[in-house]
Amino acid sequence: MSTPLHIGFIPLVDAAALIVAVDKGFTAAEGLDVTLVREVSWSNVRDKLNIGLFDAAHLLAPVAIASSLGLGHVKVPITAPFNLGLNGNAISVSPALHAALMAEIDGDPFDPMATALALARVVAARRKSGAEPLTFGMTFPFSTHNYQLRFWMAAGAVDPDEDVRLVVLPPPYMVDSLRNGHVDGFCVGAPWNSIAVDLGIGRILHFASDILISAVEKVLAVRQDWSERNPDVVAALVRAHIRAAEFIEQPQNRAEAARILAQPERIGVDADVIQRTLDGRLKIAPDGTIRTSCRYLLVGREGAARPDPAQAAWLYAQMIRWGQTAFSPEALNAAKAVFRPDLYDAGLGVGRKSEPTSPSAVGAFAGPAFDPDDIAGHLAAFKIGRRHP
Amino acid sequence: MGADQSPKIVIVDESPIRAAILEEGLREAGFTAVEHIREMQSLLARIYALDPDVILIDLENPSRDVLEQMFQVSRAVRRPIAMFVDQSDAASIQASVDAGVSAYIVDGLKKERIKPILDLCISRFNAFSKLQDELDRAKSALEDRKVIDRAKGILMKVKGLTEEEAYVLLRSTAMREKKKIGEIAQSILTASELLK
Repeated sequence: MSTPLHIGFIPLVDAAALIVAVDKGFTAAEGLDVTLVREVSWSNVRDKLNIGLFDAAHLLAPVAIASSLGLGHVKVPITAPFNLGLNGNAISVSPALHAALMAEIDGDPFDPMATALALARVVAARRKSGAEPLTFGMTFPFSTHNYQLRFWMAAGAVDPDEDVRLVVLPPPYMVDSLRNGHVDGFCVGAPWNSIAVDLGIGRILHFASDILISAVEKVLAVRQDWSERNPDVVAALVRAHIRAAEFIEQPQNRAEAARILAQPERIGVDADVIQRTLDGRLKIAPDGTIRTSCRYLLVGREGAARPDPAQAAWLYAQMIRWGQTAFSPEALNAAKAVFRPDLYDAGLGVGRKSEPTSPSAVGAFAGPAFDPDDIAGHLAAFKIGRRHP
Repeated sequence: MGADQSPKIVIVDESPIRAAILEEGLREAGFTAVEHIREMQSLLARIYALDPDVILIDLENPSRDVLEQMFQVSRAVRRPIAMFVDQSDAASIQASVDAGVSAYIVDGLKKERIKPILDLCISRFNAFSKLQDELDRAKSALEDRKVIDRAKGILMKVKGLTEEEAYVLLRSTAMREKKKIGEIAQSILTASELLK
């Protein structure tokens, strides 16, 4: 008999392992009868997972932590046995802001320190001339997009709460908002940066991997109590996802994976745009300039799928840095406990060793190397922040 | 807000019909301070300007995520709570999710004042989706009838049947193939297009 499961997802390329696991029959082979439910907001995904309408979900890694700690919302402990992706976001800006940044830049345009310092000069010039502050869109208060934008700006001494405006925008509205000048830039996942570039209204300034070499993006999330009651189902889910991630990472399978993801009831955009993302070969400017990176989005290769509690600690540290919560050792431990490498290993099975994750969390372009056991030291290294007293 | 004053309710909904149905219901129930936001741009600024006690938003609206910004501690506004925070009333949460609506309630508003608003909201949302279903069904029934009429015409012409004989042929074929009459009729139209 097969186990019926309802799994929610947002139409983004980093739902790839989940969608391929179901549509290639890897979940069925594990005895799971999965119904994928496409959702329109992270709030919906979170709430439906919390109240049990979903058994599992494609979820922003920081939301899994926030939900477990009861930040901003009801406290429902979440377990993440599988990373759906590392990296995968990009920062895009309007052609006008791009030109302004390039006029001010001193250094390599792909060097985030050079662009952050250029942004600081643009911000200062705008303030002097009395222009409105620049506005940047991101997807959710508890999102990697929010933290990546903030980390980048703050490194150039731009205070994300004082010097610019950060607004939450649902991904499908990002491109329109850039077109009508509502925002000057945004940080979002695939395919939305590519769509802005293809429409000629945006330029990809940075891959998120320029800012953090290795940052967990989305996780497969289940409720902790459900996971404890259904260990076999969790192991079966992990096994199916490992197969799916391995399938996607084989270059000869990419075209098929992109076709599966492109289906209208899945992500519903051109397979070509999706494949560019999986291949890490992105058109970054309307003139057709291509930039490639082997770190754009990792779906399972280089140990990317194995949850790393150090990643959870980094995300928790960002919540403290930006005033979303105050530090406590108990909360730090609870945040780390969301990420469960042991459940991943159990799914991987005996006799198989997972690849060591390289490099370790998070490899930021600024500040000292992150030590998950020294959150205070991490925070002390950065001048700008909204820490609770 | 005074104890006897009607709480200020904001409806965030891109569907003008559903919002009107809900607004009417709320007014009939004595909630006179109701505003409707249809335009999703600068949603948060509009909400801050209206300063509501209750925000109602449909679950199919991606802008629910925009509302999450209201929970950020750095903002100097009255802090709303999501309906789902109060898990004591699981039945009411389930009912509202089924109906497709979510509520945000500003801290301090008493629970017994919220309940009638929510209940009304749920029943109006359900009424709206029932209406929508009926409309869709009526539309597809009309479509079916048009297709069946055209298929009958083709059969009458090609096979020299009367209208009744043509219909009996369609119906018996549908029963034999375990399909709807509309589907058989559609395949006749498709085939006749191909053979033209």
